[in-house]
Amino acid sequence: MQRIDVLYFAWVRERIGLPRERVETDAATVAGLVAELAAREERYALAFADLASLRVALDQELADFDAPLEGVREVAFFPPMTGG
Amino acid sequence: MRISVQEADFDAGAEANAFTAGLTGVGAVVTFTGIVRDNGGTLAAMEIEHYPGMTERAIGAMVDEATQRWALADALVIHRHGRLEANAPIMMVATASAHRADAFAAAEFLMDYLKSRAPFWKKEIGADGAEWVAAKDEDEAALGRW
Repeated sequence: MQRIDVLYFAWVRERIGLPRERVETDAATVAGLVAELAAREERYALAFADLASLRVALDQELADFDAPLEGVREVAFFPPMTGG
Repeated sequence: MRISVQEADFDAGAEANAFTAGLTGVGAVVTFTGIVRDNGGTLAAMEIEHYPGMTERAIGAMVDEATQRWALADALVIHRHGRLEANAPIMMVATASAHRADAFAAAEFLMDYLKSRAPFWKKEIGADGAEWVAAKDEDEAALGRW
């Protein structure tokens, strides 16, 4: 069991209704963590309904959904960035 | 090299002068300032959310790459977050080099990466409500030229 800080930004944060939470997980990959979160409640299922519209960062570096979670302390989910 | 992620307003002219002062061996300074477009009067304000920590790291990595690819004497990135009124400055990039080609290219590179790889999210606030700005395909495609 691994303890991870999960952060949400922009409409992902609004849909789920909180900016961050601590999650205990056995998931081996980001995709596994997403599946666990999406199974929790409707608001999570809605937020994670379309992975193509989401990006993920592991310990503040952009990553892929098949990336391993081993040793990761912070996972962030957000829509494509719109800076500048 | 200076990176500032800030809520406060800034004076682009004063920043450009301060950036240029004290540079030696420089023949070109390029500056770009991004402004909150009022969309023909329909936009009241913009709210910019960011990811504290990752934002500074991501911009730092872009500036590092720019200094490796072009002969830059100095670079500056300012990006605001929080609530910004229409016509307010959002962000600024400045680059200094011996010759203009490097300064222009590095400034464009930084702009392209800031749009799609720095963790900022814009929300437009108008008379009819608020809406998150969707990422544009052409912004993602613009990265391909580098």
